Amino acid sequence: MLKKPEITQLGLRNAAIQLRTYIALIALIVVFSILSPNFLSSQNLITISKHVAINAIIAIGMTFVVLTGGIDLSVGAIAGLSGMIAGGLIYEGLILNVFGVTIYYHVLVVILISIVVGVLVGLVNGLLVTRFNVAPFIATLGTMYVCRGAAMLRSNGKTFPNLQGKPELGNTGFPFLGAGRILGVPLSVWLMILLVVIGVYLSKKTPFGRYVFAVGGNEDAARLSGIKVKKIKMLVYMISGGCAALVGLIISSELVAAHPATGETYEMNAIAATVLGGTSLAGGRGSISGAILGAFVIGILNDGMVMVGVSSFWQTVIKGVVIVVAVIFDQLQAHGKKNERA
Amino acid sequence: MSHESDEIILEASQITKIYPGTVALDKASFKVRRGKVNVLIGENGAGKSTMMKIIAGVEQKTSGNIVIDGEDVDYHTPSEAIAHGVGIIYQELNLFPNLNIAENIFMTRELKKGKHSIDHKKQLTEAKKCLDELRLYVDTSTLVENLRVGQQQLVEIAKVLAQKARILIMDEPTSALSEEEVEILFSIIHKLTKQGVSIVYISHRLEEITHIGDYVTILRDGKFIDEQKVEDIDIPWIINKMTGGNKVERFETGRLPGEVILEANHITMPKEHGDGFVLKDVSFQLKKGEILGIYGLRGAGRTELLECLMGAHQGIEGEILIEGQKLSSCSIPHRIQDGFVLIPEDRKKLGILPNLDVRKNMTLSSLKKYTKRTAIDDTKEEKDVNEVIGYLRVKVPDCSTMITSLSGGNQQKVIIGKSLLTKPKILLMDEPTRGIDIGSKHDVFTICEQLAQDGLGIVFVSSEMQEMLAIPDRVLVLAQGRVKGEFTRDEVTEEKLVHASAIDLNAKY
Repeated sequence: MLKKPEITQLGLRNAAIQLRTYIALIALIVVFSILSPNFLSSQNLITISKHVAINAIIAIGMTFVVLTGGIDLSVGAIAGLSGMIAGGLIYEGLILNVFGVTIYYHVLVVILISIVVGVLVGLVNGLLVTRFNVAPFIATLGTMYVCRGAAMLRSNGKTFPNLQGKPELGNTGFPFLGAGRILGVPLSVWLMILLVVIGVYLSKKTPFGRYVFAVGGNEDAARLSGIKVKKIKMLVYMISGGCAALVGLIISSELVAAHPATGETYEMNAIAATVLGGTSLAGGRGSISGAILGAFVIGILNDGMVMVGVSSFWQTVIKGVVIVVAVIFDQLQAHGKKNERA
Repeated sequence: MSHESDEIILEASQITKIYPGTVALDKASFKVRRGKVNVLIGENGAGKSTMMKIIAGVEQKTSGNIVIDGEDVDYHTPSEAIAHGVGIIYQELNLFPNLNIAENIFMTRELKKGKHSIDHKKQLTEAKKCLDELRLYVDTSTLVENLRVGQQQLVEIAKVLAQKARILIMDEPTSALSEEEVEILFSIIHKLTKQGVSIVYISHRLEEITHIGDYVTILRDGKFIDEQKVEDIDIPWIINKMTGGNKVERFETGRLPGEVILEANHITMPKEHGDGFVLKDVSFQLKKGEILGIYGLRGAGRTELLECLMGAHQGIEGEILIEGQKLSSCSIPHRIQDGFVLIPEDRKKLGILPNLDVRKNMTLSSLKKYTKRTAIDDTKEEKDVNEVIGYLRVKVPDCSTMITSLSGGNQQKVIIGKSLLTKPKILLMDEPTRGIDIGSKHDVFTICEQLAQDGLGIVFVSSEMQEMLAIPDRVLVLAQGRVKGEFTRDEVTEEKLVHASAIDLNAKY
């Protein structure tokens, strides 16, 4: 959790460490706005925030999982799968060979189905972790391959194009999810804001959130305190799956096409955002707001470097360095705490 | 001392060890004689483990000195100790189950071919020689995890001997062995002592001590009490010295236990692996406002009994009745609803949530109470937590302090507070005073009394005999998973507890 800094003797150094993500974010904004005059234009800010929203929404679900001490590698593939399911349902409908009919659903129903699929994959992840004691890394690695394969199988690897829908089939409106704006702000950004609010509320205000931290902090103690540890773990993977499915929908809506390779390496971006935001991969420490901050740092770094003209190869290198440096800071903070205690 | 006939190889004198809040050893002395079995004995908390760890270089003494072969020595790590010829065999075996016997024996001292590569062939044959000495005839390429516990113990001994140990410390070496394996171990000890190896032997099994020991040193409350040749003494003498034969100050109360609140009938818990039982046919009753003590040695099944009551284990036979009603479901959340609550033995591992503050730790089991619709009511939560902090006299600046910055005693009070917030009927306390300072201990006892007066039924597990005499209204003694005695407050004495809890060497698990 990013705590309010307390100014004491060592306070300044500690405050700097605790606020590192804010400092990094502000530094990035200052540097890029000097180097590129267009950086702070409203058009550019909207573009960046759309990119950030995609990573941030996945990172919200990922943070819940990581807080319990788990990890979810399947999110990118879930995004791909959910896009393909929505794409298929809009483009070719649900073909029922037995009856010789094809059903086209309303877009809202399509969205709901796709998200339910994401949640179900999360349920499978949760079952693998809690009932079959598969390590989260392996369980979600497995579902990652299965989902990616299923996405490919859905269309034999092809793209579902033209997802505008047809008025006569009553399934128009899908592109609004990715391209629509309310008060000039893209819908995906509104969704991100909504999910951040829900995520922060869940994690800070509800018993569920408290239990998530408890499970990540000391699973045995949590169990003895009467917490249904398995249920909590199931829920976090389901939340993560749902968030990932929503991102798949946003992307395919933006492109007005669903491609089965959508979302590749998104799991890594989400983990990076989560870690940058100060969430410990060991579980029990971290915050949703931190993850959002992390997503902004990564997003601004990405887009800023593009605008400034850094080669894409260097971009990748720099991103890697930033993540590692952030974790080193995390370790410094952890050691600082240990010293305080001793 | 009158036994100067046997040469002293190691003498630890005036050893003091101070832990934060407690004095574990208070100018205690211990002599190890060459080629003899030197038994170190005392109640739990008497300081024998601390003494053993200091001699083995695991812990550092606060003051005092150790002389080996007439020379002052000063070592700080187990490997420095072994360089002086002192090796230790832990109760929890320190072997790598995923490696084979030879690799374990030569761990960190690998036999090499050239500069870098391990000479596996030589290791296997050398290890075989070590095992032959101990009459353990198994292939040295066997993985340690495939050995029985007794065999693993022999491997551990072989490992220490291969490091040329002249003094071998054994901490309750027979606790996990079958009768046959105990015989083998004893014959090996005889053989080793004949070769001039000196044994430091720690055990709770008094019969065993008179059987195998040559010298007995008794510690009590961290102090040296007496040292005698085993042939000159008997078991009653040992018990008398261990306990000091003293009278204990008791908590006097005007409580009168009410009606039966908890009834446990024929609780039987099978071992997780293999045959036998952790608990066998345990039955007892607990009344409202009564404190029931459960005494027993390590491994007697005390913790498991509480965990069974708490619903932490599946596949338990027997029935549990609360206020005459039989409990059907077996899960921790249900049991908390039924009115049970457990203060676990291992505070660090099972009690505290190190990543959360005092308030969040305290309300974890009762959060539903503080939840309006979906959100936690912070004001109500904080108010109740502050009330409990006041009631239990937890020393903490405010309830948003991280629990890890509190002392052990105050952490324990937070855990007790957590259990009280669930409004329990039955409080299960597993070694609630372990590792906390004397002031906090007294507070915990007072809290116990107070709660019992308020009508709670309390089950109080402790391996500290003094506590068993001072606190409970009734004491149940467990040994090897069975009830081996029940004493009222007026009947109970240290001698009775020692006798009832002693492990019967001939009993089959």
